[in-house]
Amino acid sequence: MKFKETALTFPSFGWLFLFFVIPTLMVFAFAFKPYDDFGGIEPGWTLNTLYEVLNPDFAVILWRTLWLSGITTAVCLAIGLPMAYVIARAHPRYKQSLLLLVVIPFWSSFLVRIFAWKALLHPEGFLKQALVALHIVQAETTLLYNAWAVLVVMIYTYLPFAILPIYSAAAKFNFQLLEAAYDLGASRWEAFVKVFMPGIQKGVFTALLMVFIPAIGAYVIPDVVGGTNGEMIGNKIAQFTFTERNLPLASSLSLFLAAIVLIPMSTIMILSGSGTSRLEATGVSKE
Amino acid sequence: MAKSLEFEGVSKPYGPVQAVNNVSFSVERGEFFSLLGPSGCGKTTLLRLVAGFEKPEKGRILLDGHDITQIPPNKRSVNTVFQNYALFPHLNLWDNIAFGLRIAHRPEDEVRQEVQRMLKLIQMEDQGHKLPDQISGGQKQRVAIARALINRPRILLLDEPLAALDLKLRQRMLLELDLIHDEVGITFLFVTHDQTEAMAVSDRIAVMEKGQVRQIGTPVELYEAPKSRFVATFIGDTNIFEGVVSEKISTDHIWLRIEGLPPIQCYNDKQLNVDDAVHLSVRPEKIHLMRDMPEEKPKHNRLPAIVEDVIYKGDHTNFWVRIDGHRVAIIQQHSRFLLDEKPIRWGDQVWIWWHADDGYMLERS
Repeated sequence: MKFKETALTFPSFGWLFLFFVIPTLMVFAFAFKPYDDFGGIEPGWTLNTLYEVLNPDFAVILWRTLWLSGITTAVCLAIGLPMAYVIARAHPRYKQSLLLLVVIPFWSSFLVRIFAWKALLHPEGFLKQALVALHIVQAETTLLYNAWAVLVVMIYTYLPFAILPIYSAAAKFNFQLLEAAYDLGASRWEAFVKVFMPGIQKGVFTALLMVFIPAIGAYVIPDVVGGTNGEMIGNKIAQFTFTERNLPLASSLSLFLAAIVLIPMSTIMILSGSGTSRLEATGVSKE
Repeated sequence: MAKSLEFEGVSKPYGPVQAVNNVSFSVERGEFFSLLGPSGCGKTTLLRLVAGFEKPEKGRILLDGHDITQIPPNKRSVNTVFQNYALFPHLNLWDNIAFGLRIAHRPEDEVRQEVQRMLKLIQMEDQGHKLPDQISGGQKQRVAIARALINRPRILLLDEPLAALDLKLRQRMLLELDLIHDEVGITFLFVTHDQTEAMAVSDRIAVMEKGQVRQIGTPVELYEAPKSRFVATFIGDTNIFEGVVSEKISTDHIWLRIEGLPPIQCYNDKQLNVDDAVHLSVRPEKIHLMRDMPEEKPKHNRLPAIVEDVIYKGDHTNFWVRIDGHRVAIIQQHSRFLLDEKPIRWGDQVWIWWHADDGYMLERS
């Protein structure tokens, strides 16, 4: 029985091993390879490629990548939390429609939606014209081809990835707990912070990862609406892969990016993991 | 005694249904008061109106004489024990109980003292570190009570608090509730659909049906002198006969004409007149069952019957007998050693009798 259950996971493990683990290891291996000027990879191993990543040119872009992803994540959570709360509390009749509205953007191509934003932000685009007409921005201000354009489009793109996991946690939340909190004297805000937030923290953590990880590796959005002032690490990796044919440098940058995500994430997981086991231990020992 | 809680013409509709319909009554301070009724009778809505989770459409609710109708739940000095306890799963028992005092920003010294006092009250002093998932249903119940009582509410609201427990535990928790009530001395408003629970612990009970209070009284009053057929049948079991007053015997007693039965004597506490239509309620334990014809006595109703069903329960036996189209339930207590007697069986010819004063007349509406 136990073996049968394990056997069921073989296909997915095999698939992941072949098409995820091996390519990832190859990327990491390339990061330690020397390269020549014609797009070739030299034999032997070196740390020089990794040192090149520490170049100040990259530091600017790396910093921009981090703050853009960070703000995107913060804004997506700030909008996603109340939205998920409202959807979870909505009358069942409207709940499905609200969820549908969150998911509808996925029915059209991601690229088409990014280009639509380009049309909106374009100097002759509808949004720009409207803002100028309302005297909110000046005619010479450029909305397109800068970091702010990237930020706006990233928030737009990744918002559903924040709403959906928080919603699924909120849908399982026992809302009578909020009534219990009001009953014990808590204001709506206190009940939200002290009871609702801890109740859905797993969903919030998932949302954080679901937004931050794709955001930090974003490449299409800055490519289409970012221009040179909105470049992110993803663009550099693409550039070294496709244009300059420098796979080792592209791999080094990827390794760096992976480290930025993996190190804090695994630290949190190890810390919170040991936290729960300590709790369980006290519960059992007193029993 | 001062009034703890007053309802003045309170109504609360849910869509087309009047969940609570023009309800007015009051609860005395320190009383253990129950709202009893079948599901959908409005008892839980009434409780939620007191807690402040719902606002009445019409009417006022007064707490210790002050109108609280418009005050939000977090500003009312009432606390609720929820049906499924609603303990905060991410907090241990200690922090659950301390929740209300911490929200009120009370000094941590005082919080510690009060939580300890509460844990002692519910006899769980050494278990404050546990999470709600690690304790049993009865313990969760006690923690929920402690979490509510620590705020020293004027009224403790209990929403079917025992419904999720098994029978044995329910009986023990009832006793504990009663003890806690005696100890803290505040008003308890207890919602239940279980009449035995309500009878066991309440000082007074309000029986509700279809959003209205049908009768308020002590358990004995409700059981012995129900005002309507609904109350008579909801509180305990009873035999209901439809009849008409045929003749006055004296100022206190009358003859009733009931289809299929000989004339029945009854105590006329309602001063009814000839031709008035009534329901006669006779509780099963007030009817006597015997094999031989009982001797004729004044004010005794004796009838021949045939036994249809017998259920032996040890301390008592339930009988159902048939008399000309009437099926009558009887409970016979066994205070003597039963093996020596010849038992009454299914199909036996028997006699039943009851005293005229043991029947109770309900007006037919």
